[in-house]
Amino acid sequence: MKEWRFWLAEQRQTLMAIGIFAVMFAIYVTNHPAGFTANVVQTAANKSVLLAFVAMAQTLVVITAGIDLSVGMIFILTNCLASWLVVGGAGATTLGVIAVLGSGLACGILNGLIVIYGRLQPIVATIATGAAYFGIALLLRPYPGGSVNEGLADALTGKLFGVIPASLVALAAVVLVVWVPFSRSVLGRAAYASGSSEPAAYMSGMPIRRAKFLAYALAGLLASIGGLFLTFFTYTGEAAYASGNAYTLFSIAAVVLGGVSLFGGKGSVIGAIFGAFAFRTIGDLLFVFDFDPLWQPLFQGVVLLIAVSLGAFGLFRVRNRLEWFG
Amino acid sequence: MSDITGERAMERRLPKFIRRIDPAVATAFGCILLLLVVGSIYSTSFLSVEYLLQQLKVAAFLGVIATGMMIVILLGQIDLSVPWSVAVGGMMACAAAAFGHVGEALAIPFGILCGMAIGLANGVGVAYLRIPSMIITLATNAVAQGLMVVYTGGFSPQDSATAAMRYIATGFLVPGVPNAVIIWALIGAAAVFALTRTTFGRSVYAIGNRERAAYLSGIDTRRVVLIAFVVSGGLSAFGGVLLAGYASKAAQSMGDTYLLPSIAAVVLGGTSILGGRGSYLGTVAGVILITLLQSILSVMQMPEAGRQIIYGVVIVAMLLLYGRQRRTE
Repeated sequence: MKEWRFWLAEQRQTLMAIGIFAVMFAIYVTNHPAGFTANVVQTAANKSVLLAFVAMAQTLVVITAGIDLSVGMIFILTNCLASWLVVGGAGATTLGVIAVLGSGLACGILNGLIVIYGRLQPIVATIATGAAYFGIALLLRPYPGGSVNEGLADALTGKLFGVIPASLVALAAVVLVVWVPFSRSVLGRAAYASGSSEPAAYMSGMPIRRAKFLAYALAGLLASIGGLFLTFFTYTGEAAYASGNAYTLFSIAAVVLGGVSLFGGKGSVIGAIFGAFAFRTIGDLLFVFDFDPLWQPLFQGVVLLIAVSLGAFGLFRVRNRLEWFG
Repeated sequence: MSDITGERAMERRLPKFIRRIDPAVATAFGCILLLLVVGSIYSTSFLSVEYLLQQLKVAAFLGVIATGMMIVILLGQIDLSVPWSVAVGGMMACAAAAFGHVGEALAIPFGILCGMAIGLANGVGVAYLRIPSMIITLATNAVAQGLMVVYTGGFSPQDSATAAMRYIATGFLVPGVPNAVIIWALIGAAAVFALTRTTFGRSVYAIGNRERAAYLSGIDTRRVVLIAFVVSGGLSAFGGVLLAGYASKAAQSMGDTYLLPSIAAVVLGGTSILGGRGSYLGTVAGVILITLLQSILSVMQMPEAGRQIIYGVVIVAMLLLYGRQRRTE
């Protein structure tokens, strides 16, 4: 086999996610009344980027064969925090951004400590910490309100050179700064290895616990970047329980659509980002075709159900029934 | 090694009936006593019979839902479709009530049936399509939510609960004992019987310990898993029916506040989240513990924010106390 075929086999899932998104987006823009213009792309990008950040966060944890059901709540908590802190002049705003990202990281670190060093099951532990994070968010913003540095917000949600959506550039920057170093580091490889087979990774002497811990911590950080952008788009902070839950749920959908295996060890953040884009575009397709918005939750639910059921096709490859029980 | 033998030797010195008690269940009951003491310091009416019966009544709703959750958790799976299974149960029962006398008579079974349909979808996904339960139940939860949003048009449904629903939730068949408590006792007794005295129950524990081994010993594991999820969906919906009867109408988000408590009640009661271990007595303790905690927080007029924080912290703290996994290395 040639070198490129190995690469293709490794990246197949990610490429498929990009393909699904390209098809969906093509249908979307060709049916959009305004057509393929910079404004349409900017609106679509801004909506998708929020989910893309949360999906990235989820991916890091899912790669280690864990799950983080608190990402949506960290997203909401940092949104509320940003609506207090990211205000004022340049200096105050910078400090505010650092504080918001720092608290997101702290939430992730707490999750990591509880799950890895406390040896609790990630499902229960992160549902519980998610409740606590939501409580703090509610404490910060009992009612929707607050404000944000509008200059910074407009710069990051507008267009660069009148064409490229700035939010996409920011997303690419985060990928370069967080994902690329992580996936190429020893700890990143260990995260993949422990998701693929923890005993084998342990036997090979890989730093499993540190890798998993880093994955949870970075997930908190990425979710907080999402929360920051939510504040930039809405100019307010709101402790919305339903919204937090929805983002957690959609992040899992985006991860699955993006070809990241929920059993761990397979997939990439790039795939999850395109999974998030595709999921958002599917939701928007309904508006283009003039459906009643009431149908949107059902439609998204059905898409989610189909996306997770697609994994069942692997059963056809099973030769020995005992493999059912993994 | 010497630690373990030392522990065993100490255990042997204790009377037999104490040795048989699961430490997790004992801890949960200990925490219940502690909460009662703390509560009685705060307000003297905390130990009155009326107050305690009132708490049992509130606990009954959670108890019914947690029963289904426990069976699923014993399998080593989880049911995250509880919020909208509860809401579907309540809303569909109320919806059926709008169709004359026949509808009124069939309201309760119809609500439960709708919940069982959600459970059936979960069960097929988990048992036959081998989709991780956490994922498929989240997806069916989203679909159920979508269906209900379309059905109600985004508003709270206008239909109200039938007289029968109100009676089973708030009436008194035996003077002084709310009907909801009797129903929980009946369902609990049925669950204990099913889990300890039937092939189904033993299969549930076997699958939770090792599905592969259970399959090789001739258990139709897929059918057992399917039935467990259907039962869980049905019980969640029945919890919704009871809640709708209690509030005399159904609401969109009535189930949201039951997901975390039902999981927490089961896990705090000493049932292993990995499956295969746990007793119904523990779940009863967990349910009462959670209900008392909620009650104390609301008596102290703690705002919602504080309640959520304390809730999350208490659950993590208690799990760290005795719910930790053994080292795998």
